[in-house]
This record gives sequence, C-alpha cells and structure tokens, in this order.
Amino acid sequence: MLQFSTWKKTLILGICLLGFVFAIPNAFYSRVEKHNDAAAQLAKGLPLTPERKAALALWPDWMPNDLVNLGLDLRGGAHLLAEVKVEDVYAARMNALWPEVRDALRKARAEIGTIRRQDSPPGELIIKISKPEKIARAVEIVKGLSRPVVSLTGIGARDLDVQAVDGKIIISLSEAEKIATDQRTVEQSLEIIRRRIDEVGTREPTIQRQGDRRILIEVPGIGSAEELKQLIGTTAKLTFHPVIRSTRDKNTPPGAGNIIVPDLNDPNLYYILDRSPVVTGEELVDAQPTFDQNGRPAVSFRFDATGGRKFGIYTAENIGKPFAIVLDNKVISAPVIQAHIAGGSGIITGNFTVEESTKLAVLLRAGALPAGMKFLEERTIGPELGQDSIDAGKIATIVAFVAVLIFMMLSYGLFGVFANVALLMNVVILFAMLSIMGATLTLPGIAGIVLTIGMAVDANVLIYERIREELHSAKGPARAIELGFEKALSAIIDANVTTLIAAVILFAMGSGPVRGFAVTLGLGIITSVFTAIWVTRLLIATWFHWRRPRTVIV
Amino acid sequence: MAFRLKLVPSKTNFDFFRYAKVTFGASAILVVLSIVATLTMGLNFGIDFRGGTTIRTESVKKVDVGEYRKALKPLKLGDVTITEVFDPSFGPGKNVTQIRIEQQDGGEAVTVETITKVKDALRKIDPNMKFPSVESVGPKVSGELIKTAVLAVVLSNLAVLFYIWLRFEWQFSLGAVLALIHDVTLTIGIFSVLQLKFDLTIIAALLTIVGYSLNDTVVVFDRVRENLRRYKKMDLKDLLGLSINETLSRTVMTSFTTLIALIALLVLGGDVIRGFVFAMTWGIIVGTYSSVFVASTILLRLGVKRDWSKKSGSAGTKYANIDA
Repeated sequence: MLQFSTWKKTLILGICLLGFVFAIPNAFYSRVEKHNDAAAQLAKGLPLTPERKAALALWPDWMPNDLVNLGLDLRGGAHLLAEVKVEDVYAARMNALWPEVRDALRKARAEIGTIRRQDSPPGELIIKISKPEKIARAVEIVKGLSRPVVSLTGIGARDLDVQAVDGKIIISLSEAEKIATDQRTVEQSLEIIRRRIDEVGTREPTIQRQGDRRILIEVPGIGSAEELKQLIGTTAKLTFHPVIRSTRDKNTPPGAGNIIVPDLNDPNLYYILDRSPVVTGEELVDAQPTFDQNGRPAVSFRFDATGGRKFGIYTAENIGKPFAIVLDNKVISAPVIQAHIAGGSGIITGNFTVEESTKLAVLLRAGALPAGMKFLEERTIGPELGQDSIDAGKIATIVAFVAVLIFMMLSYGLFGVFANVALLMNVVILFAMLSIMGATLTLPGIAGIVLTIGMAVDANVLIYERIREELHSAKGPARAIELGFEKALSAIIDANVTTLIAAVILFAMGSGPVRGFAVTLGLGIITSVFTAIWVTRLLIATWFHWRRPRTVIV
Repeated sequence: MAFRLKLVPSKTNFDFFRYAKVTFGASAILVVLSIVATLTMGLNFGIDFRGGTTIRTESVKKVDVGEYRKALKPLKLGDVTITEVFDPSFGPGKNVTQIRIEQQDGGEAVTVETITKVKDALRKIDPNMKFPSVESVGPKVSGELIKTAVLAVVLSNLAVLFYIWLRFEWQFSLGAVLALIHDVTLTIGIFSVLQLKFDLTIIAALLTIVGYSLNDTVVVFDRVRENLRRYKKMDLKDLLGLSINETLSRTVMTSFTTLIALIALLVLGGDVIRGFVFAMTWGIIVGTYSSVFVASTILLRLGVKRDWSKKSGSAGTKYANIDA
C-alpha cells in the first residue's frame, strides 16, 4: 500500500532539504563569489582589509558556499590547447651528449682512430670514425655511457640507442627513455605554466594534461587567447648576479651599472645587484633538492661547461661575498659563497625547509619552458557574449519551466501539481549536486537542464498514465496508484538507463562544453528518477492518507 | 469528471501497421535521401571539424557583408565566409556577424598576426567594432575530433544494442538500433540539406537524440514485453498495435513537454546554441515517429520468441518490489 516507513520519509525529506541548502548559494551568485574570493585571499595570507571584511560579510560562514562553476563560454575567457614539442628536448639532449661521447671515444683513439661528428637530423647524433672495422668497439664504448632509464615502465632499459650503420655510429634516445623524457618534459611544462598563470592570480584556471603531450589551459576572465599565450610563452629568466648590498628602501638609487631587485619572500627587502649576470639559467642543466653537510635542506645545481667555468672563476674570486639568484626579476635566494665551486656544480644553502628546497629546485629547473609549444586550438570568448548566453539561457529555462508546469497541471490536475513539485525539487537537487561536485556549467549544459525539465516529467507521465489504466480496471484508488507505480517502474528504469549510457559516453569522449552538457544530462537523469518516483510518491501518499478519497481522478 | 487537457483520447485503437508499407517505405526513402544528400552536398562543418578560425563581430553600424568582404580581401586569407547573425534579443544597435576563415598554412591554430590583421581591417569599417569571440582550431585537432565524434556515436549505439539485448531479446535490440540509425541519419541529412553548421555540439545533440529516441522505443517495448506475457495467443501484429496504443498517450505527452522546453530554448536561448537546439528538436520529432513506425515495424518483421513461460518472473517484475 501507500505506506512509507518513518526512516524512508526522513531520508527523502532530508535529501530534499539538503538539496535546498546546497543549491541556495547559486541564487546569490555574485555575493557568494565575492565572499569566496575574499576567503581564498585570506587563506593565502593576505591581510584583512576593510574591503575583504565587507566581502566576507556578504555571505554567512555557516552556510555552504560551493557554487556551480561557470564555463568559459558563460564567463568569458581564453582556452588554449597546446602541444609540447618534446622533440626539442631530444635534440638538446643529443647536443649535450656530444662532448661526453667525444671525450670517451678520444681515449680509445689508438683503437678506433679519429672521430668526426656528422650532420644529422635533430634528435640523433651521427659519428664517423676513421677505422670503420673497429666500429663494434666504438659502439661498445658509447653504450658504456648510457644510463638506466629512471621510470616505472622502462625498468632494465638503457637511455641510449646505439647502432652501427655504414661505418657510422648513430646515437639516439631509446624508446623507453623517450617516454620517460616526454613525461618529465610535459610535467615540467605544466608546472611552469601553472606557476606563471598563478602569478597573474585569475580565478580558477584549468591547467590540465591531455593525452601524452598536450596541455589544456583555460583561464576565465582573461582578455584573449593572445594575452594568455604571451603570458605562458615568455621564458622565465634565471640569472646569478653579484650582490652589491641589500636595502629596505625601494627608492634607493642603485648606482651606475646596477639594478634594484625585490626579494621574492620578504616584500620589504630589496637587493642592489650588478646589472650583468655572472651566469644565466640557460647554462644550468640540473637542480635537485638535497642536504648540505650539516644535514640542512639545500638545492644542488649543475652548470654546463661554459657556465661551470665562469661560475668557478667567479666563486674563487669572491669567497665570503653574497650572490643573488634572480628569477623573473625577483631574488629567490642570496646565499654567501662558502668556497670555490669548481666543476660547474654547487649547492645553494639558505634557511630552507625541505619543501622550500624542493620548490626552489623545481623553480630552477622550471626556469624556462623545456620545449617549445605548438598551439592547436585557441578560443577567446568575451565576457559580454557569456553574459548574453547566461541571460538567454535563464529566460529560456524559466519559460520552459513555466510552460511544462502549466501543461502538467492542465493534464493531470492535482497529480500534475505533485509532479510539478517533484520537478522543482529535481532542478534544486540538480543544482545542489553540480555545486557540491564543483561541476562546470556550460551553455550546452544549460540546454541539458532545459532538456531535463522536459524529460523529467516523463517518469511521472508513465506512472500517471499507468494509474489511469489501472483505474479503468475498477480497482480501488489506493491499489490503482500502487500498481501504477509498480508497473511503470521497469519502463522508467530501462528508458533512463539507456539515456544514461549516452550521457556517460558523451562525458568520456567529449571535451569542454560538450562534457558540461553530459554532466547536466547525466545528473538530471539520476535526480529526475529520484524525484519522480520517491518525491511524487511521498506527496501522493501523504495526500491520500490525509484526504482518504474514495475515487481518484488522475 | 474534472477538466483534463488531453492530447490523445484515453482509449485509442489506431491501426499503426495499416500503412506500414507506406510509412516504412517513406522512412527508408528519407534515410537514403539523407545519405545521398550528405554524400553529394556534404556537411557545413564548423571549425571544430575542419580547422580554421571563426571571429564574431559586433558593431552598432548596420552590416554590409560585401563591405566586410572587401575589407578582408587584401589580406589574402583564402576562403572567407561572412554570415550575418540575427537574434530577436539583439535590438537595433547590435549587428553581429560570424566570419570564418579557412585553415591557414602550418599546423598551428592560427597566428596572432592574422587575427590582428583581420581585426584592424574590420575596424576600418567601424572603429568601435567589438570581437566577442575568436576561436581557432588546428587541423590536427579537428581530425581527431571527427574521429572521436564518430566513435562516440557508434559506441553509444553498440552500448544500447547490448543493453536492450540484455533486458529484452535480440529482435528488440535490432529494432531499437535500426530506429536510432534512422534518427541519426535523418538528423545529419537535414543538416546537409539546410547546410546548417555542423560542429561538436551537434554530435552532443545526436547522442542525446539516441538517448531520447531510445527512451521512447523502450517504453513501447516494455509494454510489448508485458503484453506478450499477458496475451499468449494474440497475433503479434495486434499485440504490437495494442501496445503502441496503450502507450500512445504517454509517448505524445512526453514528446510534447520535451518539445515545449526545446522550443522555448530555440526561440529564447540565443543564437550561439540555436543549431544545437534545432538538432535536438528535430531529433525528438523524428525519434518519436521512429519508435512507433520504425522500431515496432522491424520488430513485427523479425518476429518475437513467444515462449516466455520459462522466463516468467524475470524482466517486468524484476524491480516490482524495489520499494514496496
């Protein structure tokens, strides 16, 4: 019969109530957004200004403050799909390898004769030796230079592929090493892009890896894709400068040939540096977090041959003096030179925590984008167009909603009203779920909601039509209602599962706006089944127990 | 009896298969025509699928397409399409066009210089011209997008084929999927005939149509399954007719509410998603038709295994006690 156990009733009402509570912030979108922005700024450690205080007061803290994210097509902004030219790295690696190979082969000159580097496609190193009959020996020597690949998949593999063809040695990166390198290159690019975009401080940028070599960048609120390209395209400049002195007054005249540069961490600290750097980041080959001889966190780094030489000479002459490591025009560290650093590698010590040293190593490595980027897709959407779309979507949703409500009421009378309450709950719960999940609402997503409104009543229509049929066969009203729900169920489940299949496939294969559509469509199906079956049923049962009608007209 | 709006009388007895040859034939002809149109006229692919750039312009001055074309001609951009966009919400001071520039040489999306040149050239017509959106897709991505899109449509059809086969019998499954192919083909066909822009969102619409049309078909099939158990001796043709009639009221009601919602969106939703909503509206009309006239007709042709007695207690009653 139309009975509901107390716990079931509580559960249904509870879900509806939660739906309301979590959907409400969206009704006050701009207020909640300002509140959230202020809260995020405070969490970052920025001071509590009166403006931020006012923004915080716009929304009570005890209320949920999750909002539905607006997609780029609604908010305006720029979208870029970039492909990392990983081949750049292969070429750079081969060029860096040449001196090492040359030195190794020279030692065996007596056996293999003289060596000469040949022209080669990028990513390969071709070497000719004057005694081709000894090529096997040369290959062996080069192979001795290869290292095991550091990766999960390439266990046991070496990083170099060495072949002998026509008396020439052809060296290239092995497949396993290429995969590992690609992985590192893309991760590094991601890290650099993320850092650069974070510096600009826009709201909720999306920086995602897509597939093996691609990076998707979506930044709301930025003027154009060109601007975004310039932002991530500028190579970070890493330089090492002699320090003249430090100061707390940013208006200090630096003097001829000098520059004044702010400190990265302390906003009141400035350094006056010699304008010409000792070495630049282009000469840096590696940086790793490590510990100094006292066990304190530090960062080790290594320069290439020319950088190492310059650095060695400079450090030998300036023991006890500080030098500054400058990244993007900010001093990230100004350690004192402890000893002559020969061989082009050294360590930076400072008051680091382990996290800081790790971050610094990343920053140093991440100085410049490791490889060039090719932009495969660019989209700029102006904020006005987004606003227009929101407005149009809003009106369309309201009109669709009202029309369906009226139509349902005309068709099913009181039962139509029950279905309408369920439909309203459906949209509320849908918004609540979108907010909690932090899903992104796009323009097709709004269409998905409208479509859901149209289709959500389907389950109710199925049930009601069934109740009508059961009433014809002259059963009591309670039994007819009961049977209506029961018998409509298999059709409802099958019909909705099939639509859900389509939504899942769309979600898996789509991107951007299309994915937003899949999310609202999929969630809409789930919520509509819940509201149509449970909420309507609870409403009808409650009404039935209250009025105890002898006949029911559906 | 209280007033009830009824789109369909409570009891109908239409003979849906009386003109089965005509309706089925018409469907078959339309499918063939759609395929022919798509092959001969092609689809007006958006930049998602063929690469290139679209720029949306907005100006207070009235649009003269010829003038725009003349302004862009010296840039030698190859094939340039300029379409004026109309929408009831625009008002007199808002004149919008959509300019599409074909894929330029090179694998990248588009160069900043090209876009700047286009903007500069157009600003000579109206110095205050705005560019609310600039979108550019490179050939590499567009190729992949086509592949993914086709794969998505095929996969969803297969998934559905499998699900219906699981829940019903293979005849049902085949009928449903052929009806889906019918809907998808006709939708692609109309886009080809009207040369409407075919982009990624249309694929989303196609998949929704697949879901929706199936929804309809499944409801009819569900009733067929039930009636097969109830009327063991009834002729299959009568039984299918009865099932369609019994569910007709619901089929029409649901299509109607969905159409109300979609038409609201079509008129008021703005021009950006009009193509998408149009595809959906068309698909739902076709989908409703096909679930009655295509899916069921195929089921009739294929015949159904009538001996359900061994399987009694499965299918229809499977969920009956779920919340009793």
